[in-house]
Amino acid sequence: MDDNAYAGLLVDDAHWAFGEAAHDDPLAGMDLTVPDGIDPVELASYCLVLGDDALVLGHRLSEWCSRAPDLEEDVALANIALDLVGQARLLLARAAAADPALVPDLPEGSPVPAEDALAFFRDAGDFRNATLVELPNGDFAETVCRVLVFATHRLALFERLSDHPDRALRGIAARGVKELTYHRDFAGRWFVVLAGGTEESRRRLEAGLATVWAHRRELGEDPQAEEVLGRVLDAAGVTAPDVRPPAILGGHTPHLTDLLAEMQSVARAHPRGRW
Amino acid sequence: MTRSEWPLYEVFVRSKRGLNHVHVGSLHAPDDALALRHARDVYTRRSEGVSIWVVRSDAITASSPDEKDPLFAPSGDKVYRHPTFYDIPDDVPHM
Amino acid sequence: MTAVEADLAAGFAATIAAGDRIEPRDWMPEGYRRTVVRQVAQHAHSEIIGMQPEGAWITRAPSLRRKAILLAKVQDEAGHGLYLYSACETLGVSRQDLTEQLISGAQKYSSIFNYPTLSYADVGTIGWLVDGAAICNQVPLCRTSYGPYGRAMIRICKEESFHQRQGFELLATMMRGTDEQRAMVQESVDRFWRPALMMFGPPDADSPNTQQSMEWGIKRHTNDELRARFIEMTAPQAAALGVTLPGNDLDWDEFWRVVKGGGPCATERIAHRKQAHDDGAWVREAATAFAAREPREPQEPRGAAR
Repeated sequence: MDDNAYAGLLVDDAHWAFGEAAHDDPLAGMDLTVPDGIDPVELASYCLVLGDDALVLGHRLSEWCSRAPDLEEDVALANIALDLVGQARLLLARAAAADPALVPDLPEGSPVPAEDALAFFRDAGDFRNATLVELPNGDFAETVCRVLVFATHRLALFERLSDHPDRALRGIAARGVKELTYHRDFAGRWFVVLAGGTEESRRRLEAGLATVWAHRRELGEDPQAEEVLGRVLDAAGVTAPDVRPPAILGGHTPHLTDLLAEMQSVARAHPRGRW
Repeated sequence: MTRSEWPLYEVFVRSKRGLNHVHVGSLHAPDDALALRHARDVYTRRSEGVSIWVVRSDAITASSPDEKDPLFAPSGDKVYRHPTFYDIPDDVPHM
Repeated sequence: MTAVEADLAAGFAATIAAGDRIEPRDWMPEGYRRTVVRQVAQHAHSEIIGMQPEGAWITRAPSLRRKAILLAKVQDEAGHGLYLYSACETLGVSRQDLTEQLISGAQKYSSIFNYPTLSYADVGTIGWLVDGAAICNQVPLCRTSYGPYGRAMIRICKEESFHQRQGFELLATMMRGTDEQRAMVQESVDRFWRPALMMFGPPDADSPNTQQSMEWGIKRHTNDELRARFIEMTAPQAAALGVTLPGNDLDWDEFWRVVKGGGPCATERIAHRKQAHDDGAWVREAATAFAAREPREPQEPRGAAR
């Protein structure tokens, strides 16, 4: 009797974030034939870059769980992390399907699916993500800056991918566009709030932005992203920091090694395990 | 410790087309814009196609359940005590 | 008691007797209000502190699918805490007050969360046994006499059933894995079985508040009734999994020690919560300052376009 108000809200499991995560095969139902004229190795390598970015940032954001400034922000950051882990699963699975040679060797009879082999059994040197996503979270302001910059760049990119010849990648990008639009909106709003909040929040925001800005170039030159970021900074009355990129282009910081040591510890202890 | 608790908001969701918005719960937010985002995150877990209203709890005027109640007389109930979770009558589906 | 008060008390008693709900603006005896606040706050705190033991494994989840499931589950717990704090707020106690009382130790949370999580199997066991026990406790609360609490519980129970299923499914999958994984599952069940049984609270004879709470319709079954129901439900599930349940003999001295904050992780759980609350203070303050400065902006939907 009391549930009628909720009946329409809780439709089925798929309505919730975990619903989609519960599928065994992330690419179920997708056409995985690599189209003519596309080099499968290049396609796989591209998906790996995009997948690693999503995986590492999703992991970082999941570290906020139970540590956010308030419960509402805890739920919001977890939603963003869930979206990114979901993107990572799809992209790593796509990469593995296009070029099985990418997938690390596991002991005979290991049931570990290809996307997990890529996530949990590669070393830092084989990860293709930008250093921007592997840096430790910093405070909430730094996280807001990072999500803003990352989501803005990735959204511009995913919008362009909507006419990519590979149907699977196109599908993944189309879904990602909706998610990233929300991430950008969330971070953009907080960026403006923190800029106009207190002296402390402004100081922290500017410090966070300087850290993030230094690593931004790795995401590539993107006029559309530039334009959007310019508008957010304007709305917040914040000047783009004058910082030089750190000298680690192409490589990784030691933070990635630490992150992976933790992330991969259980999976690697049980290479034949079933989860 | 500085006390700056965000105000309470009431959240109403239209779960599908053709239905009224229904009160689903409350949350805290610093302002209307973030309240709407929070509502989406907390009460719809981002499902598409729903419409959400948020309204500050202190903007709601409520009737008194019992005119004899000394707590509410004689103010005319401009400020209700605490507004979360209205009762939705059982005989009015999707009120 | 004045004539008006006597009238109100009679009205309250009649509402309860009719199995009807008490709503926030109704008159209620002070003892009823206090009991509801205590129980709902304790429940809310349990959800929030309960994020930690499992949350500790999010960054180590052994597959991307498990990472997403666990994160979504712990996120739900934040949501549950939020719904329950809101229910408490209908009685005039703010979330901030409640959080401070949790941190100061003035209010309790379920002692089960003072046990450590030692392996990934614990994620499954907590879902299966701890959330399973919570469901037994909570389903009857959907019909509790205080309206806002009951409505929060309806939402929570729907999500909890997923939590229990994901836990059982993780354990079942691990039992089909390696010998090492099977041993992990059994070891985890051995550690959590008795603490899970203690979640129903002390035996009825030692539960002084039960009778009044049942008369008020806040509680609907005794601790021992719920415990027995849980044991009965769980036995066939254990058989299906292929694990052995340890005995049902409970050490109540240990129970009281853990309840009074003597659990292995009590200090660290509160310190973690305090740290998050303190670290977030500048953010909450900044947003408040921003909102005070900004004119109230019309938001989409502009006005309440119905």
